[in-house]
Amino acid sequence: MAEMLMKGNEAIGEAAVMAGCRYFFGYPITPQSELPHYMVKRLAEVGGVFLQAESETSAINMCYGAAGAGARVMTSSSSPGISLKLEGISYMAGAELPAVIVNIMRGGPGLGNIQPAQSDYFQATKGGGHGDYNLIVLAPASVQEIVDLTIDAFELADKYRNPVMILGDGVLGQMMEPVEIRELKVNIPEKPWATTGATGRKPNLINSIYIAPEPCEEHNLRLQVKFRQMARENVRYEDYRTDDAEILVVAYGTSARIAKGAIDRAREQGIRVGLVRPVSLWPFPYEHLAEVAQKVTAVLVVEMSAGQMIEDVRLALNGSKPVDFYGRLGGMLPVTSEILREIEKLAKGGRSNG
Amino acid sequence: MVKVFERPKSLTGKPFHYCPGCTHGIIHRLVAETIDELGIRETTIGVGPVGCSVFIFEYMNLDFQQASHGRAPAVATGVKRVHPGKTVFTYQGDGDLAAIGTAEIVHAAARGERITVIFVNNAIYGMTGGQLAPTTLVGMETTTSPVGRNQETQGSPVRVSEMLSTLDGAGYIARVSVHDPKHIIQAKKAIRKAFANQMSGVGFSLVEVLSTCPTNWGLHPIEATKWLADNLIPYYPLGEFKVPPAPAKAEREVE
Ligand SMILES: Cc1ncc(C[n+]2csc(CCOP(=O)(O)OP(=O)(O)O)c2C)c(N)n1
Ligand code: SF4
Repeated sequence: MAEMLMKGNEAIGEAAVMAGCRYFFGYPITPQSELPHYMVKRLAEVGGVFLQAESETSAINMCYGAAGAGARVMTSSSSPGISLKLEGISYMAGAELPAVIVNIMRGGPGLGNIQPAQSDYFQATKGGGHGDYNLIVLAPASVQEIVDLTIDAFELADKYRNPVMILGDGVLGQMMEPVEIRELKVNIPEKPWATTGATGRKPNLINSIYIAPEPCEEHNLRLQVKFRQMARENVRYEDYRTDDAEILVVAYGTSARIAKGAIDRAREQGIRVGLVRPVSLWPFPYEHLAEVAQKVTAVLVVEMSAGQMIEDVRLALNGSKPVDFYGRLGGMLPVTSEILREIEKLAKGGRSNG
Repeated sequence: MVKVFERPKSLTGKPFHYCPGCTHGIIHRLVAETIDELGIRETTIGVGPVGCSVFIFEYMNLDFQQASHGRAPAVATGVKRVHPGKTVFTYQGDGDLAAIGTAEIVHAAARGERITVIFVNNAIYGMTGGQLAPTTLVGMETTTSPVGRNQETQGSPVRVSEMLSTLDGAGYIARVSVHDPKHIIQAKKAIRKAFANQMSGVGFSLVEVLSTCPTNWGLHPIEATKWLADNLIPYYPLGEFKVPPAPAKAEREVE
């Protein structure tokens, strides 16, 4: 076990290698570039394969092929590139292929910019691609958590035979923090379904086409059972100073880190405020939020977007409490003083309007 | 009694669903015979397209992955990188390979990806109802060129084999046809080379097979084979466009 100072993007790569990932397919895009730069060297050391594809579309389909062939595989990109991967992600969910997909979000829509953002929440958690499917979406808020969640992501992908997404942003990707790098005993499960060549067995098939509606509905119903199980078993969140909170902030990833600073300063003024930080964005911690919110008078959602996760917060609270919003858009970061100002407004019984 | 002809072990025996006179079935059989002859049925992984042959996995008795439209070369790359010792091939139509999947095929060839590609060129989109393909001849009527392909507005047909053979990564590129028995025998030879080359480590191999689509060409099956010979072959000349510098080792072994 060793402590190392690592950038978030590199930590994803190291964690992937620790988890037994030996195949990386990607296409360059800022602000995730340190990850492929790390992987090309690291995979060479461990006898893995790094391949720079001709597009994100190709990269995700290379993942499809490699995952279908039985490997632990990863791709990473940033917002516009993830848009291109969505068709492939839907196919992987349909064909039940495990893979880890990293989105280091940047400002959008369109080309937007390369600054950190959280405006791909809907895309990540509500499908994004076509058809009825879900991904487990994990949102780290520190470099150590990046390592832990990336390792978990590979385990979960194999456990459910489904893609798992790590959703970060440019701040997390670039941030340097100490992380614990340890030897892991990886137990990659047997994959008797993989296309390895039909030696002495019946042929295997990786497929998502069910041309008649009845078997396609059956396939979907079976997937739904799996998605419900994934939802039951993977709710993750962090509570911060919520015990006596009268005001509740809900934020994830980088905006949660910034919100913590604002909460500490509000507490110094005697405002009883706490934070719930969803760590799994899908499944979303609906029940936990509803429970914590029972004791509070106001809820503030902070995001680096125009307000996307707020819809899930509202679903969780089901109209029981007013839900206010503060967000910065297009690659701008919320700052502690701005969030503090919104908390103060709520503490005075007013409304935050973002 | 000696059996002189039987179903290749690499076919499941499920009757083909293709239209009467469609040559997709013949091409499936040539691929299956080749895999049988090279003794690689249990170590071969196929990657299927989106198009009329989307159900190729039901006919081929070997491991298969079904790829999204045009992406079979990328999927095959993923499979091959995980199993470099296995044989990996794609089977793709001309809409799949020469339109939506152009980037994937060009770069698989450029990388010299050690896969075999069976490219079925019927100059039209079969599955979706006979639309213009990148390979549709100038003047040819399709559902999206109802008065014939207009070169001014719809451009000229793409010669994939010639284009790919300019790439250093391409190891073997040939164009064949299956409109009559003589050409079917030649097609088989090319397909066999394309697989043997992969086994001996030669880079990317592709066989373009001119194929009929009587349904969407609006022709009787027999007329369709004649139309292919009279119209497609003059624009898409048959032959080997790229061959490995020295005879491939595996090919010497098997022949
Ligand atoms: C992304 C996407 N776009 C479009 C389609 C619809 N589509 C299915 S098959 C096909 C064309 C197939 O033509 P070709 O590759 O020439 O094969 P053929 O049917 O002639 O054998 C198209 C456009 C699709 N399935 N996916
Ligand atoms: S539509 Fe054309 S390509 Fe498709 S099966 Fe029928 S004849 Fe063959």
